[in-house]
Amino acid sequence: MRLLHQRQLLWILLAILPVVLVVGLASGAVFVPPRALLGHFAEWLGGGQSRDGLILFSIRLPRLILAALLGLVLAGAGAAMQGLFRNPLADPSLIGVASGASAGAGFVVVFGGAFLSAGWLGMSLVAAGAFAGGFVAVLLVYRLATTAAGTSVSTMLLAGIAISAMAGALNSLFSFFADNDMLRRISLWQMGSLEGASWERVAIVAVAAVLMVAVLPRQSQALNALLLGESEARHLGVAVEALKRRIILITAFGVGIAVASSGIVAFVGLMVPHWVRLLIGPDHRFLIPNSLLLGAVFMVVADTLARVLILPAELPTGVITAMLGAPFFVSLLIQQRRRSYSGVLP
Amino acid sequence: MRGVSLRLRNVQLLEGLDFTVAPGEVLAILGPNGAGKSTLLRVLTGEWPATTGEVIFNARPIAQWKAEDRARSLAVLPQGTNLDFPFTVAEVVMLGRTPHRSGQVRDLAIVAEALAAVDASHLRERVYTQLSGGEKQRVQLARVLAQIWEDNGGQPRFLILDEPTASFDLAHQQLTLDLVRTLAGQGFGVVMVLHDLNMAARCATRMLLLSCGRAMEYGPPLQVLTPDNIRKVFGVAAVVQSNPLTGNPLVIT
Repeated sequence: MRLLHQRQLLWILLAILPVVLVVGLASGAVFVPPRALLGHFAEWLGGGQSRDGLILFSIRLPRLILAALLGLVLAGAGAAMQGLFRNPLADPSLIGVASGASAGAGFVVVFGGAFLSAGWLGMSLVAAGAFAGGFVAVLLVYRLATTAAGTSVSTMLLAGIAISAMAGALNSLFSFFADNDMLRRISLWQMGSLEGASWERVAIVAVAAVLMVAVLPRQSQALNALLLGESEARHLGVAVEALKRRIILITAFGVGIAVASSGIVAFVGLMVPHWVRLLIGPDHRFLIPNSLLLGAVFMVVADTLARVLILPAELPTGVITAMLGAPFFVSLLIQQRRRSYSGVLP
Repeated sequence: MRGVSLRLRNVQLLEGLDFTVAPGEVLAILGPNGAGKSTLLRVLTGEWPATTGEVIFNARPIAQWKAEDRARSLAVLPQGTNLDFPFTVAEVVMLGRTPHRSGQVRDLAIVAEALAAVDASHLRERVYTQLSGGEKQRVQLARVLAQIWEDNGGQPRFLILDEPTASFDLAHQQLTLDLVRTLAGQGFGVVMVLHDLNMAARCATRMLLLSCGRAMEYGPPLQVLTPDNIRKVFGVAAVVQSNPLTGNPLVIT
């Protein structure tokens, strides 16, 4: 049943992450042999302006790190939401949280006005809008889908559809008011692209990533108990309301920042925790750290593929994850239906 | 008096209930569907606050206990638990140790003992989601036992069971009732909702007969299980005799 020991996976992922980062750094429209990377790095640090150095460390490196951090944040948000909803099918993009965040971001871009021209402040404002949108969406889905008896998958997904439709309508409305530049920015998000990666974006997503790493693992025990049910968790001494608040806030924050920086990268939060569960089981004490790491690895790989698959052009990264994720989601749905006597699907 | 006393006046659901469960006692809550048994358990465990009256648990109002402290001496087995994640049985039982910090080694030993107590040691490495309904319920019982397995600084420990035997076969029904009696003998206070009057008669020291949220009768089994009470509450004609094996009341319908 379980393919790996719970601690092994963490070491394996820690070993793989630098490898995929180096491969990602080396590959692209201009291939730089990994041997030459260190030399370029020293030269770039020294202020060198060689073409390869610039490509590697001003374009590729921030993008790779952004991808890794995004993967970490999205996978962490997915794992936490699945625990909160007590359902392995919860995912920020499926249940409307990402669309909610995107509507919030769209609102700020269109109506934020002059503030947005300043790089840092603008980025933070967009992130705040996305957080607010995502927060409202998680709260709504949670209220709608979760009763004392647990979360109904169908209600959760339907609520997700409703919220996505609503957010889509709002986005269209904002686009209606937007000028050309704004339109381009809005449509870039909707594809989930890392093309606009910069060190500023890396820094902002890093805030969310640090928060996830600092907060989520501490909720593991309580999340495990919550899987039994809310009142069961309460009887086990878990402060359920505080836990729910914390999870909702941190996932809305993480997803909001991820969406503000790179748009909707779908299905990462669904697939990554699921793979980890297959490998080492559902215990959050191991699921969360491993999901965070595997999320980073997965996004680096997905983004590298996005950059090299149709050279010299690039695919939006969200297209890669969605093409992998949608069939995966369907197969999960079919599996759940086969086991529906367990009471999760109506 | 240490233990639980409940006085509650809620017009719709429960009205004027007043009783005590002392360590070593087994209280069976009986009554027809919709009489308020599960509601009573929710109030009793502090999950829902009483409208009037109060629930005293180990000398303090139940709401004043910190959730984690309370969980170390009060464990609750709900009617059914939906767990859709592929934990192993041992991991599920280990969740019972959530409020404790007794260390991995001790916890593993307790998990093994609790599983043995419900005759589920052989399920230890199985995946919970693949078990049958009765097996799942036994594992949940083991989890609840693991939660209050060890003495908690001399605090009386209480076990609340909502229809614990509903999905069990005959052998495991007996095993559960024996277990409840053993635990009471060790000083646990037990409150259980049961539908089978005879099963309740075999292990309860006291009974509370609920009807429409009120206590129709509260006392030892002989006082509660009378043909008159059974007719009034369940609308069923019954004969009550002495069980030839145990001497407890035996309800024949």
